[in-house]
Amino acid sequence: MNGSDATIVRARGLRKEYGSGEGLVRAVDEVDLDVARGEALAIMGPSGCGKSTLLQLLGGLDRPTGGELWLAGRSIDRLSERGLAQLRRHDVGFVFQAFHLMDELTAQENVELPALLAGRSPREARQRARQLLERVGLADRAGHLPSALSGGQRQRVAIARSLANEPKLVLADEPTGNLDSGATLEVLRLFEALHTSGLTLVVVTHDERIAATADRLISMRDGAFVDETRLVGGTTGSLGALVGLEG
Amino acid sequence: MQQEVVLALLAKEPSTGSRLRARLNDALGPLGEAMNDGQVYVNLSRLEKTGLIVRETSRAGGRAYQLTPAGQERVAEWLTEVSWPKPDLAEFHLKLVAAAQAGLADPIGIVDAQRRELLRRLRDAGRAAMAEPDDSEAGLLLEGIVLRLQADLRWLEACERRWTKQRGK
Repeated sequence: MNGSDATIVRARGLRKEYGSGEGLVRAVDEVDLDVARGEALAIMGPSGCGKSTLLQLLGGLDRPTGGELWLAGRSIDRLSERGLAQLRRHDVGFVFQAFHLMDELTAQENVELPALLAGRSPREARQRARQLLERVGLADRAGHLPSALSGGQRQRVAIARSLANEPKLVLADEPTGNLDSGATLEVLRLFEALHTSGLTLVVVTHDERIAATADRLISMRDGAFVDETRLVGGTTGSLGALVGLEG
Repeated sequence: MQQEVVLALLAKEPSTGSRLRARLNDALGPLGEAMNDGQVYVNLSRLEKTGLIVRETSRAGGRAYQLTPAGQERVAEWLTEVSWPKPDLAEFHLKLVAAAQAGLADPIGIVDAQRRELLRRLRDAGRAAMAEPDDSEAGLLLEGIVLRLQADLRWLEACERRWTKQRGK
């Protein structure tokens, strides 16, 4: 496996600036980042630290002011509008805090949509959507409108939709921000299962609990990375010690 | 573990040591592994010595422990006592104060190291919670651990802000 195969995201000196002169804001300030295939990465930081902007750059929703960016070995920092649209459609899946489902479409139709937009046949899209709804445990809700689903179920539909075109990378922005703790657990379990099956995932969050499910955690302040923690490898103590069961 | 826990679990009906252990395992899930069998039996023998339980041979031939009237009284008392484990924040707080004062270590570095450890624990607790079914008793305990770790992490953030400001002076 060569370098570009093992690395899904590679950013060097990535910058995003807004405004100019006195009002210049460096939302993303010279960021270097590598995300390995199959890795789950969490990016944390206070609101306004630039984490959502960074996610938008990674997914081609926005264009960097400077620096270099590769997705699965392909340079994407200077793609045309059309190229970016292609990228968003085929290579990246998005999951948002507010789900962004189409209210007038059923769960099944919401999941079919990206495949149809990518030019697959209706039959293919239907089949794929059915498989995905099954994978997120919602096969029995396929005909429901989003309004008839709970928050956790809606987000699971949105996650199924993000997978419609077998993306190389899924980007999630506060995916549990609108959910109660039970629904959060549903979504975390799903991400965990997808991660185990090899999905590459970048999650932006301010919730330590979500962040702690990742393999690696990056802390961001004022547009830059300030700390990095590798979470795989386990703790020095056992859980029992945390609740006074030992000794 | 407090001996009152063992005592209270006998309040419903007499039980053998091994059944008691199994009940504890149900309630604690993966956390039960941290507790060794010895702890249960040490507690049982202490409770027997102080007259709070007696051992009886049942008709089936098993040896079951049973509460005495004094034991029942103690359980009732214990259930109404208000107690809560105290997290030792003062020690960590004073560590930061002393480190900064002596110039021996950077308080921010100490906070960072602590945060990494807590995040790893949070990961372990979160994964254990995810593995529990929705109605599991142990899941509720794990939720408590997760929430406490989150609170500790928030406090560490406050520590970081404060000591970063201090360093700037």
